[in-house]
Amino acid sequence: MIFSKSYCPHSARVKELFSSLGVAFNILELDKIGCVHAHQSGLLQTLLEEKSHASAYDYDLIVIGGGSGGLSCAKEAAIWGKKVMVLDFVVPSPHGTFWVKHNWETMIEAIQKHIGSLNWHYKSSLREKAVTYVNSYGEFVADHKIKATNKKGQEAYFTAANFVIATGERPRYLGLPGDKEYCITSDDLFSLRHSPGKTLVVGASYVALECAGFLIQQLESGSPGKLKVVAKSTEGRETIEDIYNTVLLAIGRESCTRKLGLEKIGVKINESDIAASIMLCSIRFPQESELKATVGATCDYVNVPTTVFTPLEYGCCGYAEEKAAEVYSKKNLEVYHTLFWPLEWTVADRDNNTCYAKIICNRLDNDRVIGFHIFGPNAGEITQGFAAAMKCGLTKQLLDNTIGIHPTCGEVFTSLEITKSSGLDISQKGC
Amino acid sequence: MHQAALLGGLIQDASHYGWEVAHPIPHNWQKMAEAVQNHVKSLNWGHRVQLHDRKVKYFNIKASFVNEHTVRGLTKAGKETLLSAEHIVIATGGRPKYPVHVDGALEYGITSDDIFWLKESPGKTLVVGASYVALECAGFLSGVGLDTTVMMRSIPLRGFDQQMASLVTEHMASHGIEFLQGCTPLRVGRLLDGRLQVTWQEHASGKEDSGTFDTVLWAIGRVPETRGLNLEKAGVRINPDSQKIVVNAKEATSIPHIYAIGDVVEGRPELTPTAIMAGKLLARRLFGGSSALMEYDSVPTTVFTPLEYGCVGLSEEEAITRHGQEHVEVYHSHYKPLEFTVPAREAAQCYIKMVCLREPPQLVLGLHFLGPNAGEVTQGFALGIKCGASYEQIRRTVGIHPTCAEEVPRLHISKRSGLDPTVTGC
Repeated sequence: MIFSKSYCPHSARVKELFSSLGVAFNILELDKIGCVHAHQSGLLQTLLEEKSHASAYDYDLIVIGGGSGGLSCAKEAAIWGKKVMVLDFVVPSPHGTFWVKHNWETMIEAIQKHIGSLNWHYKSSLREKAVTYVNSYGEFVADHKIKATNKKGQEAYFTAANFVIATGERPRYLGLPGDKEYCITSDDLFSLRHSPGKTLVVGASYVALECAGFLIQQLESGSPGKLKVVAKSTEGRETIEDIYNTVLLAIGRESCTRKLGLEKIGVKINESDIAASIMLCSIRFPQESELKATVGATCDYVNVPTTVFTPLEYGCCGYAEEKAAEVYSKKNLEVYHTLFWPLEWTVADRDNNTCYAKIICNRLDNDRVIGFHIFGPNAGEITQGFAAAMKCGLTKQLLDNTIGIHPTCGEVFTSLEITKSSGLDISQKGC
Repeated sequence: MHQAALLGGLIQDASHYGWEVAHPIPHNWQKMAEAVQNHVKSLNWGHRVQLHDRKVKYFNIKASFVNEHTVRGLTKAGKETLLSAEHIVIATGGRPKYPVHVDGALEYGITSDDIFWLKESPGKTLVVGASYVALECAGFLSGVGLDTTVMMRSIPLRGFDQQMASLVTEHMASHGIEFLQGCTPLRVGRLLDGRLQVTWQEHASGKEDSGTFDTVLWAIGRVPETRGLNLEKAGVRINPDSQKIVVNAKEATSIPHIYAIGDVVEGRPELTPTAIMAGKLLARRLFGGSSALMEYDSVPTTVFTPLEYGCVGLSEEEAITRHGQEHVEVYHSHYKPLEFTVPAREAAQCYIKMVCLREPPQLVLGLHFLGPNAGEVTQGFALGIKCGASYEQIRRTVGIHPTCAEEVPRLHISKRSGLDPTVTGC
């Protein structure tokens, strides 16, 4: 084990010597973990002690759940030289979907191929880092012990010094007669053998909106069956009754914590999500670097950017206008906004007053941008960089001083002039 | 026209996604050209309306100086007017250059001024030049199905990061654009069948070669529109080499009440948004009581080649020159856009690099992104750089999934490490 600093010439000579002698070695670059004085601060001792305690258990770490968070954590722990296992098991949806197999026209086949190749990559990257991957359902039986059950029902037991629960969530059902037999969820949509036909999407979450939008665009072919749905208005006595080929439920997700044996080890669960209230795929990345840079740091959940991939995309970072008013008080905020016309829409003769951009600024803090919202094409690509800028303290002044890239949609943010409070017209007439 | 070309590619991708599109799909140049021309005309009309609404008098005349405060205007019909003003702003821009030493260049070749107004398809085209104008034009011509060749004297995209420039041209070459590097045209002549014959010399061997084309497009640089202005009558100084007008930080020329902005000015980036902002700020300083000056550092830009290249800040070469290799850390990755996976598009040139100072917190000196929607990706990060972003801060930004832009906060492999920078998706 070589404790080194990446820029130290003596360290470099030692590495060269070992390489030339053919001696295998591990390196810990103290400057890369932000602790050049690890040997003085006591961090080194902690790291060494952790290594020696590991032999009391089968593994240093068992991760239950092989989704984004779980895989990210497992791989990072392995980089630090830990012995890691991932227990991954997808309980089939009521319709038997395992997310991989079925063919459904050319598109479904292509999508499935892609997902398959991703899964292959995940597995091989785990193998590369010597993380043990087990396709079994994990549940706690005692403090440091879990039971792993595979598809065939065979059981195995493993112990570990530490555990990470990353079991995520699954779509929720209505809890009504017929819902599990006749309704599908987003788990099933992309593996349907046939086109879903005339579809009712129940729900208003981003999953619901994205699926609904997508289905409108689709070519219809084949009829799986017909379902009659009766629904009652939440605000009156109206009932809606219609016949659909498919009913897709997108009414929320619930955490997979019920059958983990958590009560056996005294882990309390809130009746809602497992941990954080933000359900996005990308949270794992900052945790990677947090672990590397400053041991013990937690993930920053403020200013998490996101995008809803509806037909016209919506990207945002920071506060919604309502929330900002609640936290900062409306009089302390200035909202700048504009409608805009993407260049690609001009020749195609699409409407010039559909796309919209707004920022919410905190007047008490140099007009700091605390909310960023864009409704237009490629919203995700645009929002990403602005999220980074907000993390660096973006203000209205800096936006005004920055030159836009022309022609893009993103450049509208560098020339925002009209405030909501002015009430002035933001509709577009031309370039 | 870049968008028209991109759509051609997307139509091909569409069949992989289940759209039953007939192949091959023909492209109608006339229809596209008409649509583009109508759009440009509507923009011009829009400007006229806005000027009118703000009570700005618009004259369609060619102006030149009589003295410091007086301008002579000449209409198309030859009618003369004299106008005087307290302040004068010169914003005449530039025009494409024609190669003076090439026989037939003016007679038989066209420039970017003309390409968007051609009523007929340009057919098999030779683009001469290595500027972003040359590459963008070659890119969309090839994208709408035309046989396209690019001839360049030396390196592509001079002034841009050269590693990125090579990836841009590599991508174009892999999509059927022919490159003649290290060649200079000698003469252009018309053949009996009406086509053009171009003769050129290859520098390395000294050999001459020739080819037949329907169109020759010169994209070898631009000259500032200063010649017909009679600037000496007003005492306005120009740079004798570039012929551009010399100004100070307040955009003032050698004559205090005469200003110049945009492409006609020495040492300014030749970009639309910089000219627009310079104009606005100047007007505010003159009449709005403002003292805000233009900031020309870290101006982001994008080259709209078939695979787009967005950049802000220093190139790798520039960073190394300024700070020394030991003080520069470059993080990079080869990534694959999600949209490329299903249609199995080649992503070999989809690449990002972030040039930083090596010392913590590793200030970001430059960002270079090659991939779809490069302009949209780069804009926000340019703001981050203006805020003094460090590599650490960018790394701590949560990614938006799935996008190409999220690969920027994910950058973690340094060039120095020698590790393979290919990252796998999701």
